[in-house]
Amino acid sequence: MNTFTIARKELNSYFRSPIAYGVMAFFALIAGYFFYVAVVFFVRRGMESAMMGQSFPMDMGEMIIRPLFSNISVIGLFLIPMITMRLFAEEKRTGTIELLLTSPVSDLEIILGKWLGAMILYVAMLAISALSLSVLFVYGHPDWKPILVGYLGLLLQGGCLLAIGTFISNCTKNQIVAGVAGFAIMLLLWVLDWASSFGTTVTDRVISYLSVLQHFDTFSRGVLDSKDIVFYLSVIFVGLFLTARSMESLRWRA
Amino acid sequence: MIKVEGLTKRYARKIAVDNISFEVEKGQIVGFLGPNGAGKTTTMRVLTCFLPPTAGKASVAGFDVLEQPLEVKRRIGYLPETPPVYPEMEVQEYLEFVGRIKGVAKDQLAKRIAEVAEACAISDVRKTLIGKLSKGYRQRVGLAQAIIHNPDVLILDEPTAGLDPHQIIETRDLIKGLAARGDHTIILSTHILPEVEQTCERVIIIAKGKLVAMDTVANLTSRLRGAETVAVEVLAEESQAAAVQRKLEQVAGVSRVLANQHRDGKLNFMVESLEGRTIRPGLARAVIESGWNLNELHAVGLSLEEIFLQLTASPENTRQEEAVAATAAPVGESR
Ligand SMILES: Nc1ncnc2c1ncn2[C@@H]1O[C@H](COP(=O)(O)OP(=O)(O)O)[C@@H](O)[C@H]1O
Ligand SMILES: [Mg+2]
Repeated sequence: MNTFTIARKELNSYFRSPIAYGVMAFFALIAGYFFYVAVVFFVRRGMESAMMGQSFPMDMGEMIIRPLFSNISVIGLFLIPMITMRLFAEEKRTGTIELLLTSPVSDLEIILGKWLGAMILYVAMLAISALSLSVLFVYGHPDWKPILVGYLGLLLQGGCLLAIGTFISNCTKNQIVAGVAGFAIMLLLWVLDWASSFGTTVTDRVISYLSVLQHFDTFSRGVLDSKDIVFYLSVIFVGLFLTARSMESLRWRA
Repeated sequence: MIKVEGLTKRYARKIAVDNISFEVEKGQIVGFLGPNGAGKTTTMRVLTCFLPPTAGKASVAGFDVLEQPLEVKRRIGYLPETPPVYPEMEVQEYLEFVGRIKGVAKDQLAKRIAEVAEACAISDVRKTLIGKLSKGYRQRVGLAQAIIHNPDVLILDEPTAGLDPHQIIETRDLIKGLAARGDHTIILSTHILPEVEQTCERVIIIAKGKLVAMDTVANLTSRLRGAETVAVEVLAEESQAAAVQRKLEQVAGVSRVLANQHRDGKLNFMVESLEGRTIRPGLARAVIESGWNLNELHAVGLSLEEIFLQLTASPENTRQEEAVAATAAPVGESR
C-alpha cells in the first residue's frame, strides 16, 4: 500500500517537472528517427529487389523490428540515469527524506515505491515506440509475438538499469552527481557489450555474461530464454538490495 | 511518554550528544534549549528513529527506538528544522500523501486534512503549490503535516527559526493551541530563550552535547534569581549624586550601588541586593524620606538569557573563553 503511495508521489513529481517530458520527447525523437531510417531502408530494399525482378525474402521482423528494439535498448541505457538521478538525491538535499524515514513505512517500501514510480515513467516512454510500431500493423502483417517478447525484454532490462540507478541516487545528495555517475556506469555497460562481442576466453565470457545489453539480444530476436530472464531479475534484486543496504549503512554512519 | 537514558550519539569524528538522560511526562510541553551545535537536532533525530543512538536508550510511549521503530514512528509527529515539503505539490496533495504514509485511515483522511488545515490556518492555500508559499506558510504546512495522524508526541525542531516576528507569534500561538488541547506531549527545540519562557512548562538545557539543567521554567528562573538588581532614578541635582548614593548604600539588604549616568537632573543607579533580600520598599522610603523625588524604581529581571549564560559558562569555561576572546580579538569573529 505504502509502496503505491510513494510510487504515485514519484510519478507526480516526474510530471510536474521537466524531466518526464524531456525524457519522453528525447526518446520519441531518437526512437522515431531510428524507426524512420529502418522503414525507409526496408522500403528501398523492397523496391530495388522488385525492380530487379527478384523476389527478395522481405522480413519485417529481421529488418525493422529487431534493429529497432536493439536501438531502443541502447537509448534506454542513456535515458535511465536521467530518470533515476533525483529519486533519493533530491530528497536528501531538501531534507524531505526525513519525512519518509520518520514515517511508519519500511525502507523496502520506500525503495520499491521509488523504483516502481521510475518504472512506470519508463513504461510510458516505451509506449511511445509502440505507437510507431503500430504503423507496421496498418501497412503489413508483422508477427506480433517477437514484438511482445521484445517489449518484455525492454521491461526487464529497464527494470534492472533503474535498480542500478536507484542505488546510485541513494549514494549522494547531489542529483547531478547521481546523474553523471549513473551515466558513467551505463557507458561502462555499453562498452562491456562491445568488448564482449570479440574474443572467447573465459574473461570475455564473464564480461559477456555481466553485460546487461548482451542479455537483451535474445529478446530482440524474439526468443524467450529463461537464463536471461533470471539474469535480469537477479540484477533487479541485487540493485534494490544494495540500495537497502546503503540506506541502512548511511543511517549508522551518519 | 518519552524516556531517554544515557543517550550518546557520535558522528564520524564528533560526539554530538554526550550521555544525556531525561524524561517527559504525558501532556507536557518541554523546551529543548541550547546554542547552535548543542546537539538538539541530533537528539530529536534519535527520538524520531531517523538516526540510531551510538549508546544509551531512548523510548517513546514505551517503545524503544531501535527495537520497535515502526511503533515509535506511528506515535510521533516530527517537524524537522526545514519543513519537509515538496515544492511541486499542492498543499492538499501533500497532506494527502503524508496522511497516507502516516497511516491515517482512508475514510478519515479528508476530515483530518480539513481539521489540520483549519488548526494551522492554511485552509485558504490548500490548492496552492507549496513552492509558491511564503516561509511562514510553509512552516505551518510543516506543522500540519506533523499533526495529521494525531500523534501522541510532537517533536518540533526550531519551529520559529527564520520566521519574521509576525509569523513567530502565529506559530507560537499555534503550538500553544495544540498544547492547550492537552492530548499532545510536545518537545520543541530552540536557541532563542524567550521562546521557552513563552511556550513551555519545562525546560531542558543542553550545551556542547551535555545536559546542563532541567527544571520548570518558573523554578529555574527563581533558583538563579537569588539576588535582585534594581534600577533607581532620582530627580536631583548632580551635585547631590554622592549623597544619594551613600543613602542608598545604607538601606538594609543592599550589597552595592553602581552609579550609572546622571543627566538633565536625573540620577540613575543600579542597586544590587544581598542574596534573598527584598530591597525595593527600603530604597523607595530612603529616597523619599531624604526629600528627593523618586522618578523610577524597578527590578531588572534576570532574563533566561542571563540564566543561560550563568549555567553554560562554568568557571573554567568562562576563563577559557575569555582567553580565546583576548587572543582572537583583533581577528573579530574568528571563533
Ligand atoms: N551528519 C553529521 N555529521 C557530522 N557531524 C554532525 C552531523 N550533524 C550534526 N553534526 C555535529 O553535531 C553537533 C550537534 O549538531 P546538532 O544536533 O545539529 O545541533 P543543534 O541542533 O543543537 O544546533 C554539531 O557540532 C554538528 O556540527
Ligand atoms: Mg539544530
